[in-house]
Amino acid sequence: MAALTREETEALIQEVLEVYPEQARKDRAKHLAVNDQSLEKSNKCITSNRKSQPGVMTIRGCAYAGSFGVVWSPVKDMIHISHGPVGCGQYARGGRRSYYIGITGVNAFVGMDFTSDFQEKDIVFGGDKKLAKIMNEIEELFPLNKGITVQSECPIGLIGDDIEAVAKKANKEIGKPVVPVRCEGFRGVSQSLGHHLANDSIRDWVLDPAENKHNDFVGTPYDVAILGDYNIGGDAWSSRILLEEMGLRVIAQWSGDGTLPEMELTPKVKLNLLHCYRSVNYITRHMEEKYGIPWIEYNFFGPTKIAESLRAIAALFDDKIKEGAERVIARYKAEYEAVIAKYRPRLEGKTVMLFVGGLRPRHTIGAYEDLGMKVIGTGYEFAHNDDYDRTIKEMGNATLLYDDVTGYEFEEFVKKLQPDLIGSGVKEKYIFQKMGFPFRQMHSWDYSGPYHGYDGFAIFARDMDMTLNNPCWKQIKAPWKTEESTNTEVAASA
Amino acid sequence: MPRVMLKKNPEGKLVFYIAKKDLEEVAESVEFDSSDKWGGEVLLSDGSKYYFEPMDEQPDFPVTLRAIRLDSGD
Repeated sequence: MAALTREETEALIQEVLEVYPEQARKDRAKHLAVNDQSLEKSNKCITSNRKSQPGVMTIRGCAYAGSFGVVWSPVKDMIHISHGPVGCGQYARGGRRSYYIGITGVNAFVGMDFTSDFQEKDIVFGGDKKLAKIMNEIEELFPLNKGITVQSECPIGLIGDDIEAVAKKANKEIGKPVVPVRCEGFRGVSQSLGHHLANDSIRDWVLDPAENKHNDFVGTPYDVAILGDYNIGGDAWSSRILLEEMGLRVIAQWSGDGTLPEMELTPKVKLNLLHCYRSVNYITRHMEEKYGIPWIEYNFFGPTKIAESLRAIAALFDDKIKEGAERVIARYKAEYEAVIAKYRPRLEGKTVMLFVGGLRPRHTIGAYEDLGMKVIGTGYEFAHNDDYDRTIKEMGNATLLYDDVTGYEFEEFVKKLQPDLIGSGVKEKYIFQKMGFPFRQMHSWDYSGPYHGYDGFAIFARDMDMTLNNPCWKQIKAPWKTEESTNTEVAASA
Repeated sequence: MPRVMLKKNPEGKLVFYIAKKDLEEVAESVEFDSSDKWGGEVLLSDGSKYYFEPMDEQPDFPVTLRAIRLDSGD
C-alpha cells in the first residue's frame, strides 16, 4: 500500500479516535501523532509515560516486570526471590529467553523460579519472618549463589513489610549482598518505573557497598561495559565479539549473561556502552557523575547502524581502536552483503508496523531499511519523552507514532495501513495472525535470535523473509471466499 | 526545587537533565560562567529559566544541583 500523506494520516487518527467518549478521546489524542522530522522535541507532538485509560486494553506491564523481569532476572549468579504470591514469579519465568552459560541450579539460576509463595496468614501477620527463613534455605540449598535480590510484588507494599531490615540482617548473617527492591506492581504507570527502581537498587545495594572490593583488579585503557543488553537469544554475545574484535575489553555485561562481580567492577571501566537507553540510563548517569565514566548509546541492528555505532565508539579511543573498527567492518562486509543480496529482492518495498517496549521501535528501523523495507508506524509501550526525541529522526515523515497504543487502535491502524509485516508482542501475535497479517514477536525474537551484530543480522533477515513470504498467508481466506472461486462460481452459474 | 543533573556535552555546552520530568535540554546561557563565579539564571533552549545559587568556583561537571524554576517557559 502506498504511503499516506500527512493529511491522510491525521484523518486516520481522527477516524480511530471517534469511537471514544469525549474525555478518553481527548486523552488518547495526545498519544497519537504524525511524525514530523523537522521537530526537535517530541513533547511538541506526542505525550508519553502517562497512566493508561481505564477501560482500554493496554499492552503495558508493571513495575515488578520492569525490575525483576527486565533488569534483575538475567543476572545469573544471584537468586531473585519473587516476594509475594506465587503467580507473578511463575508466569514471568522463562518467557524472556535471556541466555546464559552455567549449570542451572548449581551456579546459575536464571531459568528457575524462587518465590516466597504468600498465603493468607503471611498477608495477615506479615511475611518478614518467612523471608528471613527463605534466605537461610537458599544458602543451604544453593551455596554457590553470589547474592540474593528480593523483588516485591504488590502485597508487600500494601501490608508494609520491612524487607530492607530483613535484607540488612541477612546480609550480615550470610555475608553476601542481599538487595531489596521496592518494585511493587502498582507503582508508576508501566514497567518503566521498575527499571528505575532496579537501577536505584543497584546503585545503593551493589555499587556503593562494593567500592572497596576488587582492589586487585588490573584495568586497561580499553575496558568497556555493555549495558542494557539482555542477551535475548544470545544478543549480547553477538555484540560482544564485535567489540572484542576491534580491540576493546568487555569486562561487564548488564545484565544478560551477567554476574554480580561484573556489576561490581563496572565503575572501573573507561566507557559505558548503552544499548537499551530506557532501562539503564539512570545508572549510567549516576556512574558518570560519581565515577566520571562517559557513556554512549549504540545500535547493533543492521549493518548500516552497526558501522555507524562501531565508528562512534572507536572515535572515543585511540587510533588502534579506530583501525580495529574499520577492520571489523571490512571483515564482515562480504558476509552482510551476501545477506542483503539474498533477502533484499524478496523484501524490497514491504512495509512494517512496530509496537515494542522502549528501544526496538526505533533501533530496528535501520535493519529493516537495510533490507529495503519501510517502517510506516511505530510506538512504545513505556517510552518517555527522550525516547520519542530520538525516534523522530529515525522515522520517515508523515509516518504514524502511537504511544501506549490500545488494542482497538492498533487493530484499526493495521486494517487501514495494511502493513506487510507487524512486529509486536505475544499478546498481539495471534490476533494479527488470525487477521491474516504476517507477524514477528519482537520481544523475545519469536523464539529465534540473536538479532544484534552482523551474525544476528543474517538471522534477522532470514526470519523476516521466512515470516513475510510464508505461503500460509495465502491460505488464510476460506477457499469459497477468495476472489478466484467467486469468479469461477459466477462463471459457472451464468 | 528540582534536582538537576548537569554535564558538558562534547561541544562544551551545558546539558540540563531532570530525571523526574525526562527533561534533557541544552542551556543557552548561564548568568555567571567564569572560573571564580558560577550560577545564577540559566536559560534553556526550550525557553524555560532556572536559578542556581551562585557559587565561588566552577563545579566539577557532571554534578547534581538543586535549582529553582523561575517561569513556566510558555
